[in-house]
Amino acid sequence: MEMRSTPILQVDNLHKYFPIPRHVGDVLARRPRRSVRAVDGVSFTVQRGEILALVGESGSGKTTVGMNVLGLQQPTEGHILFDGYDVTEWSRGHGASLEAADRFLVPLSRRRRVMTLRERAQMIFQDPYESLNPRQTIFDIVAEPLDIHRLTPSRTERRERVRTALETCGLAPADHFWDRFPAELSGGQRQRVVIAGALVLEPELLVADEPVSMLDVSIRAEILNLLRALRRERGITILYTTHDLATAGFFTDRMAVMYLGRIVELGPTVEVLSQPRHPYTRALISVVPVPNPRRRRQRVILEGEIPNPIDIPPGCRFHPRCPEAIPACREMDPRLHPVAPGHDVACLRV
Amino acid sequence: MAVLEVRNLSVDYVADDGTPLHAVADVGFSVEQGRSLGIVGESGCGKTTVMMALLRLLPEEGRIVSGQVLFDGQDVLQYSESQMRQVRWRGISMVFQGAMNALNPVRTVESQIVEALQIHDVVEQRRAARERAGELLQLVGIPPQRGRQYPHQYSGGMRQRAVIAMALACNPRVLIADEPTTALDVMIQAQILELLERLQAELELSLIMVTHDLGMVAETCDDVLVMYGGMVAEKASSDVIFNTPQHPYTRRLLEAFPDVEEPDSDLASIPGNPPRLDDLPAGCRFEPRCECPERGAICAQTAPPLVELEPGHWAACHSVRRVG
Ligand SMILES: Nc1ncnc2c1ncn2[C@@H]1O[C@H](COP(=O)(O)OP(=O)(O)OP(=O)(O)O)[C@@H](O)[C@H]1O
Ligand SMILES: Nc1ncnc2c1ncn2[C@@H]1O[C@H](COP(=O)(O)OP(=O)(O)OP(=O)(O)O)[C@@H](O)[C@H]1O
Ligand code: SF4
Ligand SMILES: [Mg+2]
Ligand SMILES: [Mg+2]
Repeated sequence: MEMRSTPILQVDNLHKYFPIPRHVGDVLARRPRRSVRAVDGVSFTVQRGEILALVGESGSGKTTVGMNVLGLQQPTEGHILFDGYDVTEWSRGHGASLEAADRFLVPLSRRRRVMTLRERAQMIFQDPYESLNPRQTIFDIVAEPLDIHRLTPSRTERRERVRTALETCGLAPADHFWDRFPAELSGGQRQRVVIAGALVLEPELLVADEPVSMLDVSIRAEILNLLRALRRERGITILYTTHDLATAGFFTDRMAVMYLGRIVELGPTVEVLSQPRHPYTRALISVVPVPNPRRRRQRVILEGEIPNPIDIPPGCRFHPRCPEAIPACREMDPRLHPVAPGHDVACLRV
Repeated sequence: MAVLEVRNLSVDYVADDGTPLHAVADVGFSVEQGRSLGIVGESGCGKTTVMMALLRLLPEEGRIVSGQVLFDGQDVLQYSESQMRQVRWRGISMVFQGAMNALNPVRTVESQIVEALQIHDVVEQRRAARERAGELLQLVGIPPQRGRQYPHQYSGGMRQRAVIAMALACNPRVLIADEPTTALDVMIQAQILELLERLQAELELSLIMVTHDLGMVAETCDDVLVMYGGMVAEKASSDVIFNTPQHPYTRRLLEAFPDVEEPDSDLASIPGNPPRLDDLPAGCRFEPRCECPERGAICAQTAPPLVELEPGHWAACHSVRRVG
């Protein structure tokens, strides 16, 4: 058998439930405790240097997966292995605090012990305007993670790290930018600063949570090209979450389509987009606007919206909106199973 | 004849220190009865300003410097305010950018529609108004009983439908939708698009769709106006804009737009920023970002005129040539 290196990330049967506070009435009526099942059994692996897209409509659980991967939330059930180490064990055993996790790491590996999860995996959040402090200079914003992680290198090294991060993100020469304030930059430049702040710790994994959905088309291309270059030139692994299949199609290797807390289809991006097998994926692709009136397509419009993850439909959770449902779909919960090499689908009809 | 025709419209915003900022310069277009026009361009290029100007709803610091807005052949810029009130909502109505998030949170959706009907004197009696509100909700696909709910009980898609229902209250002939699907999910976006298409056909509306999403325009509009830095860069039928665009800006914009059917193709970004209103280029407003191989010294000196390259296809660029 071929030897494969440990995947950088293994998500195994991840569940994340948020309990709903009960009212007195609920207690008196002995109504059962209920919870929001934001992520309800998700498994996938990401190889080093790969870009995986996690796509789905609002509320499907994308951000929650990202937060758990980074140890920012504690899974209700399941495991997350980062470079083979169980992230969830640290956060479970030591509370949600990552500093505790850091201590736990010390005996693990000599080489790794100074590099804790939070340095090795970074997240960039959606809104470039909210995530930058308007009163901080670009230099301070990008240098801040070094202080938070108590990596207090010498002044020169600090400058060099900020310079590299900014210039990697296309803000070159760095000293032309670092004394400025966010308001003096364009939207695309601001988002580059956000990414530079994540890169200053030289992470191996970047969770990019809708990094371009607030940006104009022309800037979008600029940021997506940057993410692609980061992988090509620095081998960074990227988990890219989005509700936009068109941008996901452009630069990701594999795509996982989520619906109501589960992955319903997972496979090579080009294959999923050109031969979608799950009825939900097919519908989603059919409604992506295509920039040419000669190629207007028949849209498969699903009625209504994603149900509330408190009341997940029995059987296949997609059946109430599925255009292809058969009676069995109301009772059987389909498992994710292979339909082609590396291409899995959770649907009773495929 | 065009229902709505805008000619050489220029709008300034007067800055705090009194200097005028030329936000919109010399914009013109026309919309035929029952047809749809898409207005596209990057954030800040003046799309909303043009729409607010033609409805004469600019904020206090906004000034219409010149131009004509012909509705049924009459220049509404010459109208008195009371005449204008007959045009707004009845003739030309607008779904405002972000309006779905600006519904009054403490009043039911129905009562907000009823109020709109009464303010615009569509129906006087409350009962008739409530009946009409029910019809309007039904028209946009909301069960009329749900009119008694509050906006926070609606999803984003339903709030957008409710806002569209309000815009239709007075049976307008022209409906302007300013970024009607921004911030909505793909599937909800598609639902709203279908709704607008259906309404357009059923009510024979003329539709102006303002958006930065080229895909939405390609899906729904007959004609397209591409704006850059407050001016018209190019206008033509959708087919021409998306297949044989001539303006370098239109071309770059299309190359920057990802196509789900061609996931392997490269995305080109447009380096640089749109011009600042307080520092507009002397020549072509796109010149500082233009990479067209045929551009010349003239581009930085003189603004290119808008010329008709072939019937119905206009572009403002020194490097494009008339066909034939
Ligand atoms: N802290 C929380 N408490 C309760 N419910 C939560 C919490 N965080 C998320 N949820 C719920 O879990 C579900 C999944 O949320 P999540 O933010 O992961 O979705 P998403 O796919 O990222 O959506 P979006 O595209 O809107 O960002 C939603 O129904 C959300 O309301
Ligand atoms: N009240 C105002 N005072 C001064 N300048 C303004 C005002 N409103 C808009 N502007 C400026 O006028 C220009 C055009 O703005 P407008 O809102 O029309 O753009 P837009 O194309 O609709 O952008 P978006 O896609 O972001 O909605 C921008 O540079 C904007 O900053
Ligand atoms: S299992 Fe049934 S309901 Fe679920 S996606 Fe497949 S056909 Fe539709
Ligand atoms: Mg999210
Ligand atoms: Mg606008």
